[in-house]
Amino acid sequence: MSANPVKSRLSRNRTRSAWLFLLPMLVTLFVVAAWPLGRTVWFSFTDASLDMMSEARWVGIRNYLEYVDFGGGEGQYYGLLADARWWRSVWNTVLFAVVSVSFETVFGLIIALVLNQQFRGRGLVRAAVLIPWAIPTIVSARMWAWMLHDQFGIINDMLQGLGLIAEPIAWTASPDTAMIAVLIVDIWKTTPFMALLILAGLQMVPGDIYEAAKLDGIPAWRVFRKVTLPLIMPAVLVAVVFRALDALRVFDIVYVLTPNTDATRTMSVYARENLFDYDQFAYGSAASTLLFLIIALITITFIMATRMDLEGKRS
Amino acid sequence: MTLLKHLMSGIAATAVLATGAMAADLTIVHGSVGRDQEVLRGQLDRFEAETDHTVTIVSMPESTTDQFGQYKLWLAAQSSDVDVYRMDVIWAPQLAAHFVDLTPHVADIIDGFVPAAVESQTVDGKLVALPMFLGAPALYYRSDLLEKHGEEVPTTWQELTATAQRVMDAERAAGNDDMWGFVWQGAAYEGLTCNAQEWTNSMGGGRIVDLDGAISINNEKAAAALDLAASWVGTITPEGVLNYKEEDARGVFQSGNAVFMRNWNYAYALGNGDDSPIKGKFGVAILPSGDGGQSTATLGGWHLGVSKYSENQEAAIELVRFLNNYDNQKERAIVTSRPPTVSAVYLDPEVAEKQEFIPLWKPVVDNALPRPSAATLRKYNEVSAAFWTAAHKTLSGNGTGAENLAQLENELKRLKGPRW
Repeated sequence: MSANPVKSRLSRNRTRSAWLFLLPMLVTLFVVAAWPLGRTVWFSFTDASLDMMSEARWVGIRNYLEYVDFGGGEGQYYGLLADARWWRSVWNTVLFAVVSVSFETVFGLIIALVLNQQFRGRGLVRAAVLIPWAIPTIVSARMWAWMLHDQFGIINDMLQGLGLIAEPIAWTASPDTAMIAVLIVDIWKTTPFMALLILAGLQMVPGDIYEAAKLDGIPAWRVFRKVTLPLIMPAVLVAVVFRALDALRVFDIVYVLTPNTDATRTMSVYARENLFDYDQFAYGSAASTLLFLIIALITITFIMATRMDLEGKRS
Repeated sequence: MTLLKHLMSGIAATAVLATGAMAADLTIVHGSVGRDQEVLRGQLDRFEAETDHTVTIVSMPESTTDQFGQYKLWLAAQSSDVDVYRMDVIWAPQLAAHFVDLTPHVADIIDGFVPAAVESQTVDGKLVALPMFLGAPALYYRSDLLEKHGEEVPTTWQELTATAQRVMDAERAAGNDDMWGFVWQGAAYEGLTCNAQEWTNSMGGGRIVDLDGAISINNEKAAAALDLAASWVGTITPEGVLNYKEEDARGVFQSGNAVFMRNWNYAYALGNGDDSPIKGKFGVAILPSGDGGQSTATLGGWHLGVSKYSENQEAAIELVRFLNNYDNQKERAIVTSRPPTVSAVYLDPEVAEKQEFIPLWKPVVDNALPRPSAATLRKYNEVSAAFWTAAHKTLSGNGTGAENLAQLENELKRLKGPRW
């Protein structure tokens, strides 16, 4: 410990300057992330309303769970944890995240593999693929809402022209197809993002491995499974985590395409509805808090399950 | 040229400042439907010419539910960015605290306004907004098609169902594949609350919440009304109606693809516009009724309130008075077929000549059914959402009217608690 006081002073100095350099970021993070989050959590234990935030009083866990005794042995549980609509929103969100991210990963991988090949006009195609990602979500969701319209939408017109359906489908209106419509739009929009991240991973794979495999006469499918996939796996997993985080707080697509229906209401839509449309700011804060916890839980579980390397160490 | 103009207006502005005249930059926010925006801009231009103020329009989405969320955010943040809000008739009890009491500022003109409209905007003696125009929906029908197939304008919902089916079938058999019987607003939003309360009340099922706050909506007649409406979806009404708002329904009707439509008054002027394929081929009637009920039209309308957080309250009040004066109400009545809030405009011979709908609709507006926003106060939005959810579930085949109304009753009781 005290063997080398000079080095220890140097290291103390270095530690101090490291903290000094970190300070602006820590302050910024506290102001823009920790403080609002803390306020939301605090509001979730109060009876706050949007108009009268300063008069919020502590009410304990009433927004999460409360047993109301009607007397005579009758009573009922109220609060977020006993709210079937909230759990339906959680289920919708998870379903949306799992299905959309799965499709986006597979499609993104295929597109990335194609874009990784040498062909004429590759630069142009790479740029063109990004267009759906570049359009603001509100704009693309609105655009799709018109394309999916049951009376004058082009999607129904095309499907009817091809003879695939006899009657126009009310994509966004029918509870059976509303979620499918939302998924189609999200997959269309976000696949390019996945393709881009995976393509970056593909370009890290050294070309000589492929040459060696070619000389040994290994079939392309086995090269992909034994060489390409393991090497790009870290990049794919990072991309999946990014997308999953994004998908779990999905708001804009649902809000524009199918607002207010039980079939597609997600956690974020539910929270907003209570925060602003209803006079339930505290209840909405409770929903936001649970949303945060659920996303954190899912992400941590995913990272542990895939043994993702977050330290950046080389194995 | 523009540079010169800017320079001139800059000099003019400096001059005005120097002389101490109060030229304010005002902002008005509204959700435009049909030709609202165009007419408002024209009236604002006249206001700017008469005064030294300038007015900017902030335009919001057509859905009243969407507008409310944004307005509440602005008001809760005490934002001074918006001076004048165009408010839905149902909002006054919920937002009263954020608006200037207009009572002393309009004392000289308020007697000329439709009393029920003023009453709807008065909360605990405070006039939250000055009524701008009213709304009471109508049954729009294609007079040419009814005549062609020898049908009468229906007066009951059962007649409407049968007539719509017959005309639609005949038209489709004649090769008009896109024809539908009846379009309305079935998306899960405030508009569905209006539609559904018209069905339940006109078929004897009563209101969502009674005037005294009692909950009696869970009854057989209301359930039958919802079931009848659900039977339309997929037969005389396209399934897409479950996501239709006002403009979607008008899109189908005005392109000539529906026999009947339930819509607000604005659709009349647009349907008779020069570019409309159904110009002169449709008429309006009061909405049908059912057993034991009377024809019911939901009271709608939009009213102008001045934000308490506005930095130009005096100019904003001047603007509200201007937009609601006789001439501007008359212009709106003629151009956008919006029922005015100044009683005298209904008797104006020029209005009667150019927009016969308006004087014809005076009794309907007078008897329109308000939504229970006064009884349920700050919980109105949740009550309305619970009601439209029950209606939407029934319409999309997710449970019967009786099942969903039983659930609604529980939900309303929970919301109400000991009192509203």
